[in-house]
Amino acid sequence: MSAPAPVTTDEPGQVASATPPARARSRRLSDRWLAVVFISPALLLLLGMSVFPLLWALYLSFTDYSATRGGPADFIGFGNYTAILTSSQVHQRALTTLIYVVGAVTLQTVLGFTIAYLISRRTRGRGLLTTLFLVPMMLSPVVVGLFWRFMLDAQFGVVNSMLGSLGLGQVEWLTRQQTALLSLIVVDTWQWTPFIMLIALAGLTAVPKYLYEAASIDRASEWFKFRTITLPLVWPLLLIAVLFRAIEAFRLFDLVYILTSGGPGVSTETLSFHVYKVAFLGFNTGTASAYGILMVLVVIILTQLYLRYLNKLKED
Amino acid sequence: MAVFVDEAVSTGPAQDHAPPTRRFGRRGRAVVEVVLLTVLAIVMLFPVLWMVETSIKENRDVYAIPAKFFAFDFTLDHFKDVFVASGGGRSVLSISFLNSVVVAGVSTVLATVLGVPAAWAYSRFGVKAKKDQLFFILSTRFMPPVVVVIPIFLMYRQLGLIDTQLGLILIYTAFNVPFTIWMMKGFVDEVPSEYEDAAMLDGWTRLQAFRRITLPLLVPGIAATAVFALIFSWNEFVFAIFLTSSDEVRTAPPAIAGLIGGTTVDWGLVAASSVVFALPVLIFAYLVRKHLVAGVTLGAVRR
Repeated sequence: MSAPAPVTTDEPGQVASATPPARARSRRLSDRWLAVVFISPALLLLLGMSVFPLLWALYLSFTDYSATRGGPADFIGFGNYTAILTSSQVHQRALTTLIYVVGAVTLQTVLGFTIAYLISRRTRGRGLLTTLFLVPMMLSPVVVGLFWRFMLDAQFGVVNSMLGSLGLGQVEWLTRQQTALLSLIVVDTWQWTPFIMLIALAGLTAVPKYLYEAASIDRASEWFKFRTITLPLVWPLLLIAVLFRAIEAFRLFDLVYILTSGGPGVSTETLSFHVYKVAFLGFNTGTASAYGILMVLVVIILTQLYLRYLNKLKED
Repeated sequence: MAVFVDEAVSTGPAQDHAPPTRRFGRRGRAVVEVVLLTVLAIVMLFPVLWMVETSIKENRDVYAIPAKFFAFDFTLDHFKDVFVASGGGRSVLSISFLNSVVVAGVSTVLATVLGVPAAWAYSRFGVKAKKDQLFFILSTRFMPPVVVVIPIFLMYRQLGLIDTQLGLILIYTAFNVPFTIWMMKGFVDEVPSEYEDAAMLDGWTRLQAFRRITLPLLVPGIAATAVFALIFSWNEFVFAIFLTSSDEVRTAPPAIAGLIGGTTVDWGLVAASSVVFALPVLIFAYLVRKHLVAGVTLGAVRR
C-alpha cells in the first residue's frame, strides 16, 4: 500500500502557503509533542504501578513496619538487610533456588535443543510436530501444577501406577524430602522445554543450507557438521532463551505454591516462596520488603545480562 | 531439509563406492531419530491427554488403581459441574470464568490502547535516552510478582482496591504494557517510515499519517500482540490470589486452585475445569503461532 492521495485534508491550503523551513521546524516540534503525548500515558502507568510500589518497598525495607500491627514504622537502617544476608534460613532457600534454577534450565536446554534438532531434520510434519510440542508451554502454571499433583499422587497417581505395572516400587514424589525438589524440576522442565525448543528451532532453521552442502562435499561427518556449523550458529540465540528461562525460574512462585507449598519441610521453598511466607504469613513487611528489594537487584542484573546479549545478537 | 540436501549430494557420484552399510547406517539413523521424536512427543503430550481423559471419566475410574487407560466409563458430569452449581443455578467456577473474561479482556484493551501509540513513538522518533527507557520498560515486566505484590497490596489497601476487578485490571494492564510496547515496536519497525513521510509530503499531518497509513498496516500485529496479552492475563495467578478473595471478584486460576483446598479433592472436576480453562488459550495460541517466538520472549527475539 503506497501513500494514497489525501482525499480529505484538514487544511487543504497548508501545503501551498507554508514556507519550507518554518514547516520543518513546526513538524519537528509537533513530532516531539506527539512523542510525549503517545509515550507518557504508558510511562505514567508504569511509574504508578511498578516504580512507586518499588520505591515504597524500598522505604519500608529500612523500617520495622508490619502490615497487620499497623502503627508508625520505625526507621532501623540496614537492619533488615543484614538480618536477611546473614540468615542461614535465607542461605538455604538461596541454595534450593540455585539447584532448582540450574537443574530445571539445564534439563530444559538439553531436551529442548534435542527436540528442536530432531524436528529440524525432518522434512515432513514439522509444523504439526512443533504445534503439538508447544502445548505445555501455553498452559497456566495453575493447571500444570494441579494436574501434575494429581499425576504424582502417591496412591492413585498415574505415574506410580505405571511404575507399579513395570514392577517398580511406589515413590512418594511430592511428600518426600529427596524427591520433592526433583519433582518440581521435572514439572517445570515439562512445561518449559517447548520454550527452548521453539527458540532453538528458530535458530536451526535460520542456519544457511549452503554451509551443510559445502560440508557434505568435503565429506564431513554429521558430528563434525553439528559441532562446527549448527552449534556455533544456534548458540547465541539459545543463550538468550536460557537467560530468559533463568530469570523466569528465579522469580517462579505459582508452581511451587500449587505443587508443594514449599514442603515437605522447607525442601522446595525457593526464595520467591520464602518472601511470600515472610510477608503474608509472618507479616514482617519491612523484612519482606528488604528481601524483595534484594531479589529485584538480582533480577535487574540478570535482565541487564539478557539485554546485553540481545543487543549483541541484533548487531551481528 | 538438511537431510534431503545431504542425501541428494552424497548419493550422486559417491554411490558407486559408498558401501551399502553406510547407506543403511543413514537410514537406521533416521529411524532412530523418528523413534526418539515419537517417544518425546508421547512423554510431552501424555499429561495433557491424561487431563482430558480424566475430565470425561466416571469418578470411580478416576481413582482406579491401577490407572485405567482405555476401558473407562464415559461421563460429561464433570463439565456440567464446572458450570452448574450442585443445587442448580450458576456455579462459583462459572462466575470466576466470567470474571476472567472481563479482567483479561479489559486489561488487554487498555494495554493495547496505551502500548501501541507508545511503540509507534519509540520506533519513529528520536526520544531522549530511548535505550534506557526501553530497558526500564522491559525490566518492570521482569519483576518478581511476589515482590511487587507486597507494596501493591499495601497501596490497594489504602485506595480500597483490594478485592475489586478494577484493581486486577490495573495491575494486569501495567504488566502487559511493557510487553505490548516491545512486541509492537518490532511490528512498527517493519513498516517503512517513508510511507508516513510520503503522506506528509502530500499535506497530511504526522498524526493523520499514523492513523490512516501505518495503523491499518499494523492491524495483524496488534491482533497478535493483543492475543498474547490476553493469554498472559488469562493465565495469571499470583496477583489474582493475593489481591482478590471473594467469589464475585475472583478470576478462574485462583478459583480452580481453590478446588484442592479441602480434605478430599474432586480430581474429575479439577480436570474438567482445567480443560475448559485451557481450551481458549490453546485456540488463541494456535491463531498466533506465526508470532510465537516474539510473543513468548516478550517481543525481544524476532525471526
